[in-house]
Amino acid sequence: MEYMNKTIVEIHEALKRKEITSADLIKESLEKAHKIQEKTNAFVTIIEDAKPQEVTDELLSGIPYGVKDNYSTKGILSTGSSNTLKNYIPFFDATAVENLKKNGAVAVAKTVLDEFGMGGTGTTGHTGIVHNPWDYERMCAGSSSGSAASVAAGVYPYALGSDTGDSIRKPAAYCGIVGYKPTYGMISRYGLFPFASSLDHCGVLTRSVEDAAIVTDAMKGLDKNDMTTWDSSNIHLYENLSDSVKGKKLFYIKEICDLENYPNANEELKKHLQNFQETLKKCEELGMTVESVSVDQKLLNALPSVYVVISCAEATSNMSNLTGFIFGPRGEGNNYKEMMKDYRTKGFSPLIKRRFIIGSYVLQKENQEKYFKNAQRVRRLIVDEMKKLFKKYDGLIMPVGSGPAKLLDGSNDILKEDTTVLEEHLQIGNFGGFPSITIPNGFVNDLPVGVNITGNCYEDQNVLNIAYALESKMNYKNQIAKEVIK
Amino acid sequence: MKYNVTIGLEMHCEISKTNTKVFSSAQNGYSEIPNSHVRPIDMAFPGVLPVVNKECIRLSLMMSEILHCKQPEYMYFERKNYYYPDLPKGYQITQNTPPAPVGMDGYIDIEREDGTTFRVEIDNIHLEEDSASMNHLYDISTIDYNRAGVPLLELVTKPCLHSAEDAVAFLEYMRAVYQYSDISEADSKKGQIRCDVNISISENEDLGTKVEIKNVNSFGAVRDAINYEVRRQTELKQAGRYDEVEQETRRYDEETGTTIRMRSKVDAIDYKYFVEPNIPKYKISKSWLEEIKASIPELPYERKAKYIKDYGLSSYDATILIKEKSIANYFEECLAKQMDAKAAANWITGPILGYLAKNEIEIQDCYMTPDRLKTIVDKVQEGSLSSKQGKELFNLTLEKQQEPLKIMKEQNMVQISDEETLHKVVEEVLSENPEQIAMYHNGKTNMFDYFVGQVMKKTRGQANPVKVKEILNEQLK
Repeated sequence: MEYMNKTIVEIHEALKRKEITSADLIKESLEKAHKIQEKTNAFVTIIEDAKPQEVTDELLSGIPYGVKDNYSTKGILSTGSSNTLKNYIPFFDATAVENLKKNGAVAVAKTVLDEFGMGGTGTTGHTGIVHNPWDYERMCAGSSSGSAASVAAGVYPYALGSDTGDSIRKPAAYCGIVGYKPTYGMISRYGLFPFASSLDHCGVLTRSVEDAAIVTDAMKGLDKNDMTTWDSSNIHLYENLSDSVKGKKLFYIKEICDLENYPNANEELKKHLQNFQETLKKCEELGMTVESVSVDQKLLNALPSVYVVISCAEATSNMSNLTGFIFGPRGEGNNYKEMMKDYRTKGFSPLIKRRFIIGSYVLQKENQEKYFKNAQRVRRLIVDEMKKLFKKYDGLIMPVGSGPAKLLDGSNDILKEDTTVLEEHLQIGNFGGFPSITIPNGFVNDLPVGVNITGNCYEDQNVLNIAYALESKMNYKNQIAKEVIK
Repeated sequence: MKYNVTIGLEMHCEISKTNTKVFSSAQNGYSEIPNSHVRPIDMAFPGVLPVVNKECIRLSLMMSEILHCKQPEYMYFERKNYYYPDLPKGYQITQNTPPAPVGMDGYIDIEREDGTTFRVEIDNIHLEEDSASMNHLYDISTIDYNRAGVPLLELVTKPCLHSAEDAVAFLEYMRAVYQYSDISEADSKKGQIRCDVNISISENEDLGTKVEIKNVNSFGAVRDAINYEVRRQTELKQAGRYDEVEQETRRYDEETGTTIRMRSKVDAIDYKYFVEPNIPKYKISKSWLEEIKASIPELPYERKAKYIKDYGLSSYDATILIKEKSIANYFEECLAKQMDAKAAANWITGPILGYLAKNEIEIQDCYMTPDRLKTIVDKVQEGSLSSKQGKELFNLTLEKQQEPLKIMKEQNMVQISDEETLHKVVEEVLSENPEQIAMYHNGKTNMFDYFVGQVMKKTRGQANPVKVKEILNEQLK
């Protein structure tokens, strides 16, 4: 009998009944990990010697899970999927990992990401491309690619992710699972390799809203090592999950969601947006209202540029600690400059170097006002606009991306300018630090697609409850990836 | 021709009086053992985050208030980005751009030795983290991260100083202020104080070309560097080659006593400052500021005024006493033990400071505690010892590192004041020297001292000189 494809509560109950042991679960999880590794390449490290944990009343005790490889794990290789840290073994745990450890959770794998989270394809990690378990010729999106692939494939019920632009919420959609990043500061970032500190969020990938609530409850909390964390001790997401959402008011952004805005839409996009409308109907059946809201197109068009400027600027500074002197493979050279240059030249992929150059450029004295400061101002405008809307509405509901997972060879990747904002709008959640969750809402061409719900800061319970109710109205809860036969 | 000299100073002083570093929970303290005060953030391991030490903020705001600065409404920090092996994160967390600094637009008045005063305008004072320290050996360099993340206050003056003497007087006073306010030991031997000096010369009111001299590590070096640089610039100007004075960064070389070019302004680094995202901006409450203001300890000039007014000390003595907090505290301890203020001041400004300087030790490590000093002073004052014996006992106490009373006993150090005993000795001396008596009576009055000397010789210096003189005067009438 399989357990790793079940929900956390189901597995916990089986453990409690002594129907199965923590050791059995680990064995099953590791076996599945090896099996999917060949096809998906989801793992940097499979933790062969993962130790069983005592089963307690904690729901996560004794149950295996996966960790994105940009979380520090004590004594276990943590690479950020970068050659610059290909031999780095931290001597401390990230706070989120430590919190899960305290709950008795068992980490069994470190998952592949786009190098340091900088990418949305799952193709730039130093161990190679991550393949989508629904269709190996497709991508998982990124950067939490390995976590999404392995949860979707049923290796374990959940894996940790991080989200700077949409790095949890987009891979979740492409893999047909749930991806949730709570309000900024709810989960400590201590020990998470930083990409862009003001946008980085920790979060989780699961197969149900309930599991996302359980895991977040265990990960979150005020941390003396992260000044941006806040006290959420009175928030119990799992305990307060409720599908009574009658009377809740949702909105979607007209300019992004209406099919008529895409005169050149292909079949995929049409189906995806039609499916989204079907989902909205389900919301209404649940007693919620859904309204179409217009947002200044100029503001929407600015999203991708604002994201690039701010994230690259912070990234170039954040990754200045990567010199190869203290950790990472030391570079060669006759002096420190040569050694550092050698290490960074060899270690970083071209994509990252490009972003560093953008980051440096926008921070330069003569450019800062025009690019970096303006990007921050526009970010503020976007966030203010959203906060204004959140006064009236309980949540923003939006389709994720322009359709299902893209082909890795790029053959269906007709880069149409007019879908850019549709692809990138989840960044709004990072600009404002808003709680944001993606859940699967159907299939397009036999491949899963997702819908996203975002709410105001500290309204995590509200956002989860809306997702929880909607999830119950659809048939995609706890789905495991089945290879699509073409 | 003499030109107008304009000097601006940047004074870096480590905050040494907090338990931990400014953004790290590692111990804030000087250690001979390299890399013993280190937490993951001090070496910038991936994923570490800064956490602000509130006590550092409190002490910084206190210094901001002492300098009559404006405090910012919100506390926040910035990153100064550059690569150097002593900066493991690749950026320094600091407060560069107004209104980030803990203090802006202040001033402090400084008293010169001649009693005149001058005002130093403060551009800003800001809180930042120190870098690691490096040791460059023959073919390798070593890094000690103990200093990485130590809180550092950088005080930046306006270009308002005009002589090396004033610059040093300001720095010396600021060092005392750091000590008195319990913010720092301000010990340049421990590298806690470092200065950058900006200098220009001009024949009119306009400022000339500014030259920056970096990392001048003692006040003596500040004086020498300024004087050298003024001379260098003056000579070039007089030779009609002022265009050779470039806006550049130089360093002071203590061995040769010269300044050496490091880089020109064209090569200035763009530090790409931006707000540190991991430290949320927070509002500084008015009530906290007031609380801090009320807690400012007595500052050096306040003590100086008190010494002059209440204890009748000269301005000169008072200035010496307040220069170092530990010395002023020693003086006040002596007063608390009912020692006479002037006597205590004389002992401290003379023999004690002389001894400390000669032996290069701190007063708190000196065997001559206020108690021991009082024992000696009391013995002199009550007449048990002559003042000469007092000095001798002082020296012996320090030399032998033994209690003064024990030494007095062992060396049989007493002053003979008993009249009967002294009479006998005087009579003895006079009877042995009839010729000298005759000379004395014939007008050679300096023979009087000869008789005193003879009495002292016979008593091995123990006779009370005042009493001996009285008896001699009587006998020789």
